[in-house]
Amino acid sequence: MVRPFPVLHVLSVLIVVFALAMLLPLCVSLLYGDAARYAFEKAVLITFVSGATLWAVTRSRQAELQTRDGFLLVALVWTVLPAFATLPLLMYMPELDFTDGYFETVAALTTTGSTVLSGLDKLPPSINLWRCELQWLGGMGIIVLAVAILPLLGIGGSQIMRTETLGPMKDTRLTPRITETAKGLWLVYAALTLACALVFKAAGMGWFDAVVHAFSTLSLGGFSSHDASFGYFDSPAIEAVGVFFMLIGGINFGTHFLAFRKLSLAPYRSDPEAGAYLALVAVSALGVAYFLFANQVYPSFWTALRHSVFNVVSIATTAGFTSTDFNQWPIFAPVWMLFLCCFATCSGSTGGGIKMIRAELMVRQALRELMSIIHPRAYLPVKLSGQRVENNIIFAVLAFMLIWGGSVVAMTMLLLASGLDIITAFSAVIVCICNTGPGLNLVGPAATYAALSDFQTWVCTVAMLIGRLELFTLFIVITPAFWRK
Amino acid sequence: MKIVILGAGQVGSSVAENLVSEANDITVVDIDAARLRNLQDRLDLRTVLGSAAHPSVLVEAGIEDCDMMIAVTQSDETNLVACKLAQVLFNVPTRIVRLRATDYLSNERVLSPDCFDVDLAICPEQILTDYIVKLIEFPEALQVLEFAHGKVSLVAVRAFQGGPLVGHPLKDLRKHIPSVDTRIAAIFRGDSPILPEGDTVVQAGDEVFCLAATQDIRQVMHELRRMDQAVKRVMIGGGGNIGLRLARAIERDYAIKIIEYDKRRCEVLSTRLDRALVLQGDLTDEGLLEAENVSDMDLLVAVTNDDENNIMSCLLAKRMGARRVVALINRRSYVDLLQAGQIDIAISPAQATIGTLLAHVRRGHITRVHSLRRGVAEALEAVVHGDRDSCRCVGRRIEEIDLPKGAAIAAIVRGDKVIMAHHDTVVLAEDHLIVFVTDKKLLPKVEKLFEVSAGFV
Repeated sequence: MVRPFPVLHVLSVLIVVFALAMLLPLCVSLLYGDAARYAFEKAVLITFVSGATLWAVTRSRQAELQTRDGFLLVALVWTVLPAFATLPLLMYMPELDFTDGYFETVAALTTTGSTVLSGLDKLPPSINLWRCELQWLGGMGIIVLAVAILPLLGIGGSQIMRTETLGPMKDTRLTPRITETAKGLWLVYAALTLACALVFKAAGMGWFDAVVHAFSTLSLGGFSSHDASFGYFDSPAIEAVGVFFMLIGGINFGTHFLAFRKLSLAPYRSDPEAGAYLALVAVSALGVAYFLFANQVYPSFWTALRHSVFNVVSIATTAGFTSTDFNQWPIFAPVWMLFLCCFATCSGSTGGGIKMIRAELMVRQALRELMSIIHPRAYLPVKLSGQRVENNIIFAVLAFMLIWGGSVVAMTMLLLASGLDIITAFSAVIVCICNTGPGLNLVGPAATYAALSDFQTWVCTVAMLIGRLELFTLFIVITPAFWRK
Repeated sequence: MKIVILGAGQVGSSVAENLVSEANDITVVDIDAARLRNLQDRLDLRTVLGSAAHPSVLVEAGIEDCDMMIAVTQSDETNLVACKLAQVLFNVPTRIVRLRATDYLSNERVLSPDCFDVDLAICPEQILTDYIVKLIEFPEALQVLEFAHGKVSLVAVRAFQGGPLVGHPLKDLRKHIPSVDTRIAAIFRGDSPILPEGDTVVQAGDEVFCLAATQDIRQVMHELRRMDQAVKRVMIGGGGNIGLRLARAIERDYAIKIIEYDKRRCEVLSTRLDRALVLQGDLTDEGLLEAENVSDMDLLVAVTNDDENNIMSCLLAKRMGARRVVALINRRSYVDLLQAGQIDIAISPAQATIGTLLAHVRRGHITRVHSLRRGVAEALEAVVHGDRDSCRCVGRRIEEIDLPKGAAIAAIVRGDKVIMAHHDTVVLAEDHLIVFVTDKKLLPKVEKLFEVSAGFV
């Protein structure tokens, strides 16, 4: 049975903490003396008061959360917090309606990076920082952060964290205590982000751009403080740094954590996904470069390689930065990139999509079926890194793929019915459910999602949320069985 | 010598059987009364019922004044505990332990004096696996044995019509392959041994034992029979300890199918093996063998626990067209019955595995013992020490050494060099001698030759 009040109580604490997170852009606003100061002041106040009121109201009903409460908590966190996050945007830009504002903050928290805003370069620094900070918070996961810094989730925290972690096998613990695991993951994440910011600065960015882009690079979010994204800098060095840290963000942070603790590269070698992920992205980048060169999109192979590497890595890792308008490329290249973003990144990374591990399991399962027709008496386990994968995991992955495919088809149909063309509709659904960012045609890298109608925007918003929470967490909350006593 | 053997399983029984005939006092400990009774009925030894890891049981078995403890129970842990107890509480001078898990063997410190203090760890399954792997590498050989860390090999080959040397005297061998230094150590015709001379004529059907540097072995075998095609496809019957080890050892180099009846064992096998194909079914199921193309197999190795199953499946596979079949057979009477018949090679696990153990039990400086022809003959490797006065070998020409008839020094390994023994070769101290003994009864005499007399310290 789900008990809403204890869940709301925990939510209230998270809202208060979220209000504190708004202090960072507020400080930046004071520092730069920009125009968004009052917007942030009011937003902090409203958020804080709302959280505190909710806390006071639900205080008498607090209790340890059960696994089932966890689903509700995660669903609420990921839908309510973006609403509060829109406050500064709405107050600074009165012309922005709630639908677009909510889309923008959901795109931020889910690390999608699709935007409805244009003229980013003219926005106050605090607003840009807020967008990218949201991505950074959403990248590793809000609940993971809560488990790391707040003791209130208690033992139930481990089950609740699982609902937010990405990937089919969530039981591997890195440390005996879940709090330590969560802290470790966030520490590695923060350390890598800091390193990324420093290297960006060294490669020629200003301090503000370096920090903002480090936030959205490690989280594989894709927001930038410039309309032209990485194209604004037009610097191979900055692009190379971006590629490097995007690739890092696409690897399981549990593996990073082990590598940090042991100070060796061995964990990467034994990671069942990292190798396939890096190889796939590398081969694709080279292939697309050759394809572009052969089709005379770019006069020299090196230019083709530069744009191919950056954009392929950016889309495949579901970051969604762009350095050029790849919508102009021959259709094979961008479609191949969209295909990659569906499954290239590793489980436990900040990337979206189906995840490499599920793709590997599916391929092996398919091969197993073929083999078992040839050898009916053979025992053919599906294995990952020499470990047998139990059938129930395979079934779970199959169910996941089915629901994922079904969701893509259903939402594409909705967008088509609302009047979009097939390429826009399909690419928009794919990039939203994979938390990537730019799609093709109307929602291509050179355009924004502002052109979509309210209905279409809401479809995309839902796609981003179910993609980030890997379907089940959101779907389970809307099943009647979940609410039955 | 007083010896306590812990465990009356296959290894324990065959060790007991071998040692009891060499005038040792043997006590066997086991928790299975039926096994002990069976053993006591057949052999002249004492048995004690109880857990081998309990000090009181060990005391009852007379461990306090024994010279050697051989722990060969099913459980590695029992063996290790017994070994430690024997060392700390009872001061047993020599402790031999059977270990299955490679984990214990991979870290040297586990067996070192500050941990479990094991003098010799043996793993019968590993020895058998190595034995079979050699047979797969040399498909023409009946048995391949290595001496001096693999520098010298002894192979048993059955001579076939068509080999260049068959029908010719042995001295022609030097004309055929002048570059290779080899020696024919013995020839068995039917069941009787022939000590080879230069004008002995090799006949088809002879079982010839040749010794040569390992890299020359193929050339020597080529003299005795035409070579078979290399083995590519192997079917393993039975996924027990041996089947699994064997499959793991060769799955990278050969296409392997492994058949196991027990479904849960199949799951274990399929998890532990990367490339081998694990099939669930009965090894004697004709339909399964046919569906899995037994007729295209280069080799079928039947290594289940059941002798009859191994034999029947091999016979079946041979009839269905498998090129060669190898069966693991525990009962000695079956082995003698089947060798050289329909089944190409019958392996007796007891004989194959206890050589190492026997080498340790015996006196002298024997580093390796291999049983040949189901234990009738033996090949051994001994290190000689001392000088002309203290040892009966050192400083003498081969012809001067007083070997009993039926034993011959086949080769000498000196440092990295392999020297084929001639009548005038002089033995030096620290040489490794490879000695071929056609009759086991001669062993005590041969061993005495390598002992250093009491005066030498």
